[in-house]
Formats: sequence, C-alpha cells, structure tokens
Amino acid sequence: MASGENIEVLDLALTELRDVNARLQGDGASANGFFRIINPRGAHALACGLDNEIEVEVEGHTGYYCAGMNQKAKVVINGNAGQGVAENMMSGEVRVTGDVSQSAGATAHGGLLVIEGNAAARCGISLKGGDIVVKGNVGHMSMFMAQAGTLVVLGDAGDALGDSLYEAQIYVRGSADNLGADCIEKEMRAEHHEKLRVLLEKAGCSDVDVSEFKRYGSARALYNFKPDNVDAY
Amino acid sequence: MDDMNWSLKESHSFDRNTIAEIRRAAQTGLYRIRGFGAKRQVPTLDDLVFLGASMSRYPLEGYREKCDTSVTLGARYAKKPIELKIPITIAGMSFGSLSANAKEALGRGASELGTSTTTGDGGMTPEERGHSTQLVYQYLPSRYGMNPNDLRKADAIEIVVGQGAKPGGGGMLLGQKITERVAEMRTLPEGIDQRSACRHPDWTGPDDLAIKILELREITNWEKPIYIKCGAARPYYDTALAVKAGADVVVMDGMQGGTAATQDVFIEHVGQPTLAAIPQAVQALKDLDMHRKVQLIVGGGIRSGADVAKALALGADAVSIGTAALIALGDNDPAFEEDYKKLGTRAGFWEDYQDGSDPAGITTQSPELSSRLDPVKAGRRLANYLRVLTLETQTLARANGKSHVHNMEPEDLVALSVEAAAMAGVPLAGTSWIPGRD
Repeated sequence: MASGENIEVLDLALTELRDVNARLQGDGASANGFFRIINPRGAHALACGLDNEIEVEVEGHTGYYCAGMNQKAKVVINGNAGQGVAENMMSGEVRVTGDVSQSAGATAHGGLLVIEGNAAARCGISLKGGDIVVKGNVGHMSMFMAQAGTLVVLGDAGDALGDSLYEAQIYVRGSADNLGADCIEKEMRAEHHEKLRVLLEKAGCSDVDVSEFKRYGSARALYNFKPDNVDAY
Repeated sequence: MDDMNWSLKESHSFDRNTIAEIRRAAQTGLYRIRGFGAKRQVPTLDDLVFLGASMSRYPLEGYREKCDTSVTLGARYAKKPIELKIPITIAGMSFGSLSANAKEALGRGASELGTSTTTGDGGMTPEERGHSTQLVYQYLPSRYGMNPNDLRKADAIEIVVGQGAKPGGGGMLLGQKITERVAEMRTLPEGIDQRSACRHPDWTGPDDLAIKILELREITNWEKPIYIKCGAARPYYDTALAVKAGADVVVMDGMQGGTAATQDVFIEHVGQPTLAAIPQAVQALKDLDMHRKVQLIVGGGIRSGADVAKALALGADAVSIGTAALIALGDNDPAFEEDYKKLGTRAGFWEDYQDGSDPAGITTQSPELSSRLDPVKAGRRLANYLRVLTLETQTLARANGKSHVHNMEPEDLVALSVEAAAMAGVPLAGTSWIPGRD
C-alpha cells in the first residue's frame, strides 16, 4: 500500500459503518485509491460490496462477511476475520493475516483470497471460480459442493474434504486423510505443478515446493443420481 | 372403467395409484421425483365462506364505489419500498426450470397489472429483468448465478429459507434441463443432475441471518426491501424469527405450493396447508406489534379471487401465485392432448416439470418445445387471469362493505368444517365456536 498523505483513514470509532462502506463503494473512491480502516472492533459487513480499483487495509479484527461480494478491490485485514470473509467475491484480492472463521470465500466466483493463518470449517464451500490459498490448516467440510476454482492448503485439511465436489480443484501439502463423498486423489501432472506454482506466487508463497502437494478432485461418480449410489448420500 | 364389473371393489389403502407407485418403485429402485405441487386433499381456503353484508353491515356498490387493491411492501427499513397495484405477486421460478419464453411471459403479464415477478435458482436473465417492471431477486442457498450487480438491479431481495412444496429440502434440476446456457449461468457441467443446497453456505439460524441481512443492505445502499421466504413448517416461530432477523416482508408458503422437481414423498408429506399457516404467521406479527408493518405474502395453492380475498381477510398483505400462473400461460392445455398422451399422461394431469418434455413449452429448455409458447400471447393470458383474480377479490371485499381489500378481516368469515374453523381461527358456520379457543 502507498504511504503518507495518499492514504485516507476511516475510523470506525468515529464513523458509522454505513458511512465507511458508502465512502469505499462510492464513485469517488477510486480517485483517492488507498484507505486505512482503524478501530474495526469486529464490525460485521465491513468493506463489503466494493466495486472500485482501490486498496483497503483494515487494522484489527473484523466480524462476519468482511469484503463480501468484493469486485476489483484489494482488501487486507491485519487481524482475524469472522464468518464468510470474502463470500461471493467476484474479482480482486482479499488477504487476512490471521485466522478466519467458517465459510471463508463461500461461493466466490473469482478473485484471490489468501489466509495466512488457519481457516475453520467449510472453507470454499460452494466455490464457483475463485482461488483460495490457506497457509495454515482448513476445517471440516471444506470445499463442500465446490463447483469451480481452486483451494490450496499448505497445512492439513479437516474431515470430509471436498464432499460432493464438482469441477473445483484442491491441493493439499499436509494430510487429507478423510475425503468427502466423490472426492478422490488425482495425479499431479506438469500442468498442475505449473498452475499451483503460479497461484502460490500470486499469493506470496513462491518459496514453497509444489512437489510436496497432492491434488484432489471429483470422481464424477455422483454427477447423475443413480440408485447404485444411495450409500454415498 | 366403463367395461368393469360393478362387483369389483377398489381398496382405499391399495388403490390403483398406490399399486402403480409400488410397482414403479420396485422396478426402478428410485423414489419418484416430479413437479407441480401437493395433490392430496387437505383443508383449504374453500372451507371458508364470507358472510357478506346484511342488516348490520353496508355493502359497497359493485360497479361504482372504489375498492382499493394497492399494497406497499418493505417500508420497515428499505428506502425504496415496492408499490404494487394489486395484492397478487408472481412467485419465484427459475430460468432453467422454466423456459426463457415462459419467464418473459410472466414478466409481461405481471407488469401489465402493476405487480412483481420473482427470479429463482440460477440467477437473473436480461430477458426477465427487461420484461418485469418490478423484479424480486431470490437469494438462495445454492447461490447459482448470484452476483452483486444483479442484486443491485433488483427491486427487492427475497432470502429463500424454504418453500412450501419442500420445507427443509433442497432442489434438483435434472440433467436433461441443464443446457449450455443453464450450465453456464450455474457454473456447472452440462447434462449433470444439478443439486441445489438446502442450507445457506454462510449462515445458520436467525442470529447469523440478521448479519447477512445487514450485509445485503450495506451492499445495496439500504434501498431494497428484504423478504424472507419460508415453507410452512412452524409458521408462528418462523415469522417471529424472520421479523427478529430484520425482514421487511415475510413470505409464507403453504404445502400446496408448487415445485419444478421434488420427491413426491416430500411434496405430499412435509409442511402445513396454507389455510393453517396464515393465521399462525399473522398471530406472530400481531404479538410483535408488527402486523401491517412487516408485510405478509402467502402462497401455496392460490387459484381464485376467493382464495386471494380469504387470505387477505385472515391478515395477509398479498398473495403469490406460481402454479396458477403457469396454468394461465398454458400449462396442461388440452390443445396439447395428443402430446400428453404420448408422454403417458393427459392434459390436466401433467406434473413432470422435471422432465424437460413439457408439450406447452413452459417447463422445458428444448428450443422446439419452448418455441410453442408465444411470450406476448401467454403474457396477455396471465394479465387477463390476474385481472379476474383482482375483480373477484374486489367483488368479495365490496360484498363485505370494504373500500380496501386490506380492510377484510377474520370477522367476515366462517368455516364449513371443524378442522377449517380450528386452523383459520374463525367460527364454525352457524355457531360461535372456534375450536381450540375458550
């Protein structure tokens, strides 16, 4: 982020949430370009619905749905984030330096979500095209019913990873001992190494060895409803 | 039947329909998935009658005195409430389950009468937005096609918790309807059986929902009314919790509500009849001093102006129609009788909305079949039908001396059965007895 007088400071101790979001969402936000939000104090729905090419840095912990439905903007949370951070993101980038609660990046259609700590349950649930990189571990049911996009986990994955997965891809460096229904380990070919390398570089993890990862995806056995699959449901 | 021996006696427990279903189940190993709505007999609004005016009530002149039908939805928090000219809305039905022509026809018909249509799973199409002057955008568990740009284009947002045909159930759009366009809108491979989730991915329970509503309002500048739609599971508590979560409007959908594709066992055996749901929802609003402040839209088996008037008299602000609107467009039209026969059914019995083979071109993605539905003509039929519903509703309101359809009240009604009296909370005809009340 730029430094000095270019940064507009928005203080949630002095300013209402509606006014802070309106400033970031407004047509005039791009002209300034750089914002720092102080005293978030766990505010919900902070910096959501952005649609400007701006950079927003939040100094502290945020509540539910921070940077929800983000478009174009880069949002950095220097702290932990509550439920549904960057949910339904369309584009842009959201980075959390701490841990995040459940449903991080849920249904995101695009953009990049980087979580430098751990993510709780259902990370990337119903993902529709976004990319998520988690430097720590992810909780159970991560990528449940994920349709497209990528989850990269540098740590371990919790139970039922990728349950009922569609065409989304998962890369895990640590353990993924309990896969969900229709999720299987797949071969890591050269194109996957390259895709993973590019994504890790975008996420600021270029020092990680891509050969340490395993790839998981859908066996596509449950794409059509058949009586033979009843045991899987 | 004509050549059957009159001494044959059909079993009530194992009638021919039951025998056919057991045989089908034994052959396929799959439960039956179908469209339409509940077909079993349940207590309905037909079990109520209006008293009309007499010595102690003045009627209004049918062809001269005004009977207002307008309704405002969403004034609790939204900067831009919805203003409808009639208290009849079009329920959420998706592009995917319906053809683009059918969606366009719904928009045309509803807009002509000054009322709203509603999107469904799969998102908003430009045709739908273009032909609907007031469009409610459904926010569903699957979030297929959900994006903030469409959210901002909508006139209201309806958070779907459930629907009357299947409270607690998700959805299934079978592969034959997942064409290239539908698949692209939903980010799925073509031809798969597409599952719609039964729970939202990023909130559980009313405390979370209150925060989700905050987010939706923040993203749309607090302009859009927020509806919460529930199937009639526990209407009293669901309504109270929806109000607590911050809804502007509660949509309560009884078990007769339609569906594009659901298990038959779900359609017929889960949820409460619309008649039973309305008074419970109204009571919750009254107990919270929110009746008429948070509006109530009820759906599920609404067919006539009599149904509309009775729902309003019980305390609803508006109704929604789905199945009836499709029938007005041309669903189950006897003109397609030969096609229905080829599919092993008949006009009037067609319920396989999930199949994609709709002879009327409504619940299909087949270009050949959907071209049978002229959206202009079908829209005109829907507009005519909505006019009739409105005229019938006004007729009944005037007969009870009411100059606005919202002035009808439970006191104008009696029930024809003990069950209906208990459910509706109005006296059994000829008595002052309301079962269950002191």
